[in-house]
Amino acid sequence: MLFTSYEFIAFFFLLIVLYYLIPGRYQWMLLLAAGYVFYWAANPDYLIFLLAVTVLTYTAALLIDQSLVNQKKYLKNYGGEMDRQAKKEYKALQEKKRKKIIVWFLIMVLSILASAKYINFFILNLNSILQTMGSGRQISFIDLLLPLGISFYTFQAIGYMLDVYRGNISAEKNFFRYALFVSFFPQLIQGPISRFQDLARTMWEPHPFRGKNLQNGLLRVLWGYFKKLVVADRLLIVVDLLLEQPEKYCGAYTVIIMIFYTVQLYADFTGGIDITIGIAQVLGIEVQENFRRPYFSKSLKEYWRRWHISMSSWFRDYVFYPVSASRAMQKISKGAGKLWGAKAGKRLPVYLSSFVVWLATGIWHGASWNFVVWGLLNWAVLMISEELEPLYVRFQQKFAFYGRLPYRLFQVGRTFLLICILNLFDCYEKVSVTLKMLFSVFGAENWKIFADGSLLCLGLTAADYIVLAAAVFMMISVSLIQRRGSVRTRIAGMRYPAQAAVWIGLFLMVLLFGKYGIGYDAGQFIYNRF
Amino acid sequence: MEELLNILRELHPEVDFETEEHLIDGMILDSFDIVSLIASIHEEFGVTINAGKILPQNFNSAKALYALIQEIEEED
Repeated sequence: MLFTSYEFIAFFFLLIVLYYLIPGRYQWMLLLAAGYVFYWAANPDYLIFLLAVTVLTYTAALLIDQSLVNQKKYLKNYGGEMDRQAKKEYKALQEKKRKKIIVWFLIMVLSILASAKYINFFILNLNSILQTMGSGRQISFIDLLLPLGISFYTFQAIGYMLDVYRGNISAEKNFFRYALFVSFFPQLIQGPISRFQDLARTMWEPHPFRGKNLQNGLLRVLWGYFKKLVVADRLLIVVDLLLEQPEKYCGAYTVIIMIFYTVQLYADFTGGIDITIGIAQVLGIEVQENFRRPYFSKSLKEYWRRWHISMSSWFRDYVFYPVSASRAMQKISKGAGKLWGAKAGKRLPVYLSSFVVWLATGIWHGASWNFVVWGLLNWAVLMISEELEPLYVRFQQKFAFYGRLPYRLFQVGRTFLLICILNLFDCYEKVSVTLKMLFSVFGAENWKIFADGSLLCLGLTAADYIVLAAAVFMMISVSLIQRRGSVRTRIAGMRYPAQAAVWIGLFLMVLLFGKYGIGYDAGQFIYNRF
Repeated sequence: MEELLNILRELHPEVDFETEEHLIDGMILDSFDIVSLIASIHEEFGVTINAGKILPQNFNSAKALYALIQEIEEED
């Protein structure tokens, strides 16, 4: 049951009616049931994974929380009789026990993710090693089920478990309430990866019906459908065709692939998140924003602060900081400082920890080498930019045009181009093909495709291109207006005929210009597969 | 406190760390700055700030950060 299916729309409207008809204290139970029905409808077997992740993280958090409570109680009762050293030793012992719990449960939860997503990648690499060593033996691949959105809800649940371990939040005692946090249906299959302290409690509270929530939420949902059906699924037709035959579609076509795929990815993912946030708002629940106009970024570093924010901040808080702040890293830093100077000593933890983060980010996106290379290329560009920072500062001080609009536009264009190039590594499973495609741009002799009508042989008509251009223009305009505040608040402040025109116009555009596949079943969201 | 202010000024000479209270919320310090800061604090104060303590409320001002350092020193 995809967001773009008729079944989902029927499911959603039925849920809204029921949600506001039943007493507020039962609403969260309805949402829990809805989450499980939604996931069951995608594939009943997926529920095993969801349940396993929920039970494991719930149990781990309870055990850790209990240990923390016991420690406090013990110190309260007997702390007065203990000296400083005894207290320190007691705390260290308890901490060691909690560490053991978190490590074991992390291994179990990550094993579920690995068994669903990465085992064939592991076999593939093992087979390559066996072949290189001259062994004739090859291990057969396993026919696996990859549950939709498993990376999203697994990471959300791990984040909760780690926050309890750090003592930043208390564990939730009610299993069903916690199960809702993991299975909240609008964000179950493509995020955002929410934090327990931001989301959970607002889900359990009663939510009386508010017209404003319904209006704002539905408008956001409609805007999400517009991005997905009018833009992303229209671009998908060209992108899919071009990716199928890299030998035929190279040179100038590579430029089309890079730009179309980058715009498609934006419309697809941000559209899906618009639908998620909009649905939650209709239900009176606030889900955090996952994007802040990322393609307006002036550098790759800024882009990663504005694109898929919940994932970047997850990796920052649960991978980057623990690795960089670890005692081992402090030792490395000290050693490097002695060898190469204080500056290098401070930079090394940043570079090494970032390497781990980008390796993990690449693997999170998919079980293949192209994603690993994509992650490490991001890392390389970020680190080179970091090293060149003093040069940029000198440049800024020397030239007056820095900071002016034309230069800022150049920076935005340059960053967009860089993102387009990096995104090409998403497109082909083989890195060698991606590199071949990239190099084919230089010395390409087929630039005439932009003028000789070749673009009309890629599955889209001239009318489609006009719709695309208008829709992209609308997306850019909305983003520009957003910089000065919420677009929906502006619309709500308009006179009723103008508001009605916006609603009807947007609805008709989705209905008339949306690209629907065979049997009116629109394409799956790209990020669902993660 | 003065040692901490010197470390912070080294990172961002343009910021008035004695009065600024939105170092994280105002995106003045990014994650790279925080890691450099943790390394410098470790060197200067001999204190290890673990990942669980890297929260906006502990890093939003020099005052809050200094309080955190003192808290860890006391615990140790």
